[in-house]
Amino acid sequence: MAVLTDVASWLLLSLGGVFVFIGGLGALRMPSLYTRMHAASVTDTLGAVLIIAGAILQAGFSLAAIKLALILLFLLLTSPTASNALASAALLAGVRPDRALPWRAERSE
Amino acid sequence: MYYVVTIATLATMTLALLRALQGPSVYDRVLAMNMFGTKTVLLLAVIALLFGRPDFLDLALAYALINFIGVFAVLEFIRRRAAHEALHGEGEG
Amino acid sequence: MTHGESAAQVSQLTTRMLFLVALLSSAWLLWSGIYKPLLLGLGALSCLLTCYVARRMGYFDSEFFMLHFSVRLLVYLAWLAKEVVRSSLEVSRIVLDPRLPISPTIVDIDATALHPIDRAILGNSITLTPGTLALDVHRGVIKVHSLTLEGADALMSSGMERRVAALRKT
Repeated sequence: MAVLTDVASWLLLSLGGVFVFIGGLGALRMPSLYTRMHAASVTDTLGAVLIIAGAILQAGFSLAAIKLALILLFLLLTSPTASNALASAALLAGVRPDRALPWRAERSE
Repeated sequence: MYYVVTIATLATMTLALLRALQGPSVYDRVLAMNMFGTKTVLLLAVIALLFGRPDFLDLALAYALINFIGVFAVLEFIRRRAAHEALHGEGEG
Repeated sequence: MTHGESAAQVSQLTTRMLFLVALLSSAWLLWSGIYKPLLLGLGALSCLLTCYVARRMGYFDSEFFMLHFSVRLLVYLAWLAKEVVRSSLEVSRIVLDPRLPISPTIVDIDATALHPIDRAILGNSITLTPGTLALDVHRGVIKVHSLTLEGADALMSSGMERRVAALRKT
C-alpha cells in the first residue's frame, strides 16, 4: 500500500514537473504577451494541481496535507484574478493583441 | 524522487527570469515575475517534503499571498506612472 | 452604519460577520500552532481588525454570499476540471510543436443575461482554462482571447455561460 502511494505520488510529481517546464518553455517561445499568458496558465493550473496533489499523497493524512490543500485552493483562486488584472491593464495601456482575428460563427473553411 | 520536480521547477524559474529580462513590454516582465512567484510556492511546497520541514509550507503560503498582492501593486504603480507621464510629459520621472 | 436598517438586515449582517470571524479564527488556529495567551490574543485582535476593515469596505453588503454550495456547484467544478485538463494538454501540444501552430482569436461572449457574480465566475473560469483568457468585460460582454481558432470554437460550443447560469437555479 505504501509502495502504491509512493508510485502514484512520484507519477503526479513528475508529470507536474513536466507540465510546469512545458509552460515555462511556452512563456519563452510564444510571440506576444497574450499568447504567453496562455502558456503561463498551464503552469498555474495543471502543473500546480499535479505537484500539490503528489505532495499531499506523500504527506499523508496530516496538518501538512491540509495546508497543502489550502495553498492549492489559494493558488487556483488567485491566479485567474491576477491574469485578468494583468490582461485588462495591458489592454487599457494599449497593448494590442496583434494577429488575433475576430471569431465568426459561420465562416468558409 | 523529489529531485525531478525540483529541477523542473528551478528550470522553469530560469525560463521565467529569461522572459523577464527579455521583456519586451513591462507587462511581459510582470507576467514573468508572477510565474516566478507561483513556481517559488510550488518549489517551497516540494522542499518542505524533501527536507522534512513542514514549516516551509507556512513560507509557501506567505509567498503566495505576497506574490498575489505584489502583482496588483506593480500594476497600480505602472498605471500611476503612465498617468503621471501623460500629465507632465515623458522623461521627468 | 446607515440609518433605518431593518432587523432582517442587521441579523443578516451579524450572520455574515460571524461566518467571517469563524473562518479567520480557524485559519489562525490552524496556522499558528502555538496556543499561548499572547498569540491567541493577537489572533483575536487581527480577526476583529479584519472584520472591521471588511465592514468599512462594504464587503458584507456584497452579494458574494449568494453563492450556495450545492451538488450543482460540484458538478460544475468537475466539468471545469475536465476542461482544464483537456485544454492544458492542447496548449502543451502546441508549445512542444516546433511550428508553434497558433491562431489567436478574439471572441465576444454575451453575458448580459448573467448576474454580476456569475459573470465573475464565468470570467475566472475562462481565464483558469489554459488557452482562453478573459481580456475585458464591457457592458456584460466578455472579450476573450483564445490561443487557437479551435479553442474559440470549443469555448463557444461548450456552453460555459449556460452552465454558469444553471448554477443559480434551485
